[in-house]
Amino acid sequence: MAKIVEGEQRRFITGNEVVVWGALAAGGDLMYGYPITPQNEIMHYWTRLAPRFGKGFLQTEDELSAGFATLGGVMAGKKAFSGTSGPGNVLMQEPISMAEMMRIPAVWIIQQRGGPSTATVIYSQQETRLTCFGGNGEGLRIVYSTASHQDLFDYTIKALNTAWRYRFPTFVLGDGYQAKMREAVTLYNPEERGIEIVPSEPLVLQPGTPARDRPPAHHRNTFNIEEELLAVLEEQIEEYESLAPQIAEWEEAGAEDSQLILVAHGVVSRAAREARDALARQDFPVGYFRPITLRPFPAAALRRAAQKSRGLLVMESAHGQLVSLVKEALYGLKLPIYTLLRPGVGITTEEAQEKARALLTGKEEG
Amino acid sequence: MPARREPERIVSSVENMPRSWRRETKPHKFCPGCGHPIILKALGEAIDELAILDRVVYGCDIGCSLLSWDFFNVDSIQTHHGRTTPVIVGLKRARPEAIGIAYMGDGGGYAIGAQHLVNAAARDDKITIILCNNTVYAMTGGQLAPTTLPDQATETTPHGRDINLTGPPTLGPEMLAAITGPGAYVARGTILNYPQLKKIIYRALVNQMEGRGLSFVEVLSSCPTNWGTNARETLDYVKNKMGKVFPVGEIKVPGQKEVQ
Repeated sequence: MAKIVEGEQRRFITGNEVVVWGALAAGGDLMYGYPITPQNEIMHYWTRLAPRFGKGFLQTEDELSAGFATLGGVMAGKKAFSGTSGPGNVLMQEPISMAEMMRIPAVWIIQQRGGPSTATVIYSQQETRLTCFGGNGEGLRIVYSTASHQDLFDYTIKALNTAWRYRFPTFVLGDGYQAKMREAVTLYNPEERGIEIVPSEPLVLQPGTPARDRPPAHHRNTFNIEEELLAVLEEQIEEYESLAPQIAEWEEAGAEDSQLILVAHGVVSRAAREARDALARQDFPVGYFRPITLRPFPAAALRRAAQKSRGLLVMESAHGQLVSLVKEALYGLKLPIYTLLRPGVGITTEEAQEKARALLTGKEEG
Repeated sequence: MPARREPERIVSSVENMPRSWRRETKPHKFCPGCGHPIILKALGEAIDELAILDRVVYGCDIGCSLLSWDFFNVDSIQTHHGRTTPVIVGLKRARPEAIGIAYMGDGGGYAIGAQHLVNAAARDDKITIILCNNTVYAMTGGQLAPTTLPDQATETTPHGRDINLTGPPTLGPEMLAAITGPGAYVARGTILNYPQLKKIIYRALVNQMEGRGLSFVEVLSSCPTNWGTNARETLDYVKNKMGKVFPVGEIKVPGQKEVQ
């Protein structure tokens, strides 16, 4: 079998191709998918690259089937994953909720498009809430929001490891801009960088004859009585909450003694970071905070940063989805939260800078 | 008072259980008069005869079929309504040596999971699907099913199924026989003919093990709880009412012309 990534390779490729290299490098075995823009090229590259390494694919009849087949593949012991977007992400929430209930460690790559409904095929951050909380439960899942092609590679590898390490369904939340544009990225073999690949264990068909050599594996997601469910959920919630501090990731700069912290996730965080750096060079006391995990949300870190600041400017290509995560994290703190909300539309560095400057110079109340 | 003879009967029924049945979960959870345990007995005996305990993954759907999630001494996955087919498809493709069984009701197969069933058939996935046709949604309280007979009263057709409004009963095996490849095995059994039912299920497993194509078995079954029938009426309903609409027998056998 050919080695997947030899040494370190600098490449200039689309984000969807990066995802495939990441999935291959992290030991992904199998993809089940259904076409929807802008994630299609994940399937296109997978079906070209994966057979070289003996890995499988099926284009299913819909996202429900893609999601449930992924769970079947994972239960059989494979590192299976899927990708989707928009209305497909809505359908995908059904199998994801089964993964949550049964602690099945699958990975989904979400390349967000505009919403609601069919909307636009290219870009938004409107699937933030859906991807974080889309099931009919509490949303015990892990969501990494990527901002660059390097992120897409690093966090696809990390998502496959995180899912199988903790057995919570795990997401790489990108968007159509990241999916479709080309950008420089360094591909590497994770093990050469000391990243251990977490092995996968079959949940069925372990060696031996059931009931003779081992108990039969009986997996269910239905419970007879309320207290039975509560006991299961309490254990899961406790485990999730105890793991959350070690899973949560964020980036921050200059929050201390700032007058304003620019808060953004995903590709918008690049505009926020550039705007913050430009304003800081002009001696404005501005900070920057980017949650990388949206689930679990780095609430403690944001709270620490916010306590040293006089206000927050939350910007996102959605109408208040990140804002509500931020507000929940900061509940009880008395500082203003200003917003720059552009549902389904990108935010440039200039727009971010202009809005922040207006707030900092008192030209705008927010 | 005469001595109770019940213990003796229970002992003998335990001895008669298929070896693949999990004794710790018996007596089972189905209603008196339900057809599911007869189907699951035929499946259990077929698993015993084929000696495939360590290769089977048994998937069950939502509805009464979910009550079988811990029924067997085989690895089992209880899934969502209609989604057992894609779970077993995904599993079988990941582990081709596994013997994947998807067990579901008529609602799971012909309504909410219909597009999975149709596409698994069109792809000829090498899995075995066993579908219990009892003409109603039983677990949810007796609503109209795709298989409800014309004029049959259900909770959502209280004045009887009007086929002008809701169509005629779905003929699943006939539909699947038309869209599967030549290696598919398609049959309809009935709980009233146990030897034939067992043979059909056995063949549906062998067809998968030989990698020929999709194996699909519909079984005419009973639901006296929702039908509101006594024992005699229940058997009569399966035999004479359902039997008239749903012809029993092998419908498609690899290597043979289509038989009825």
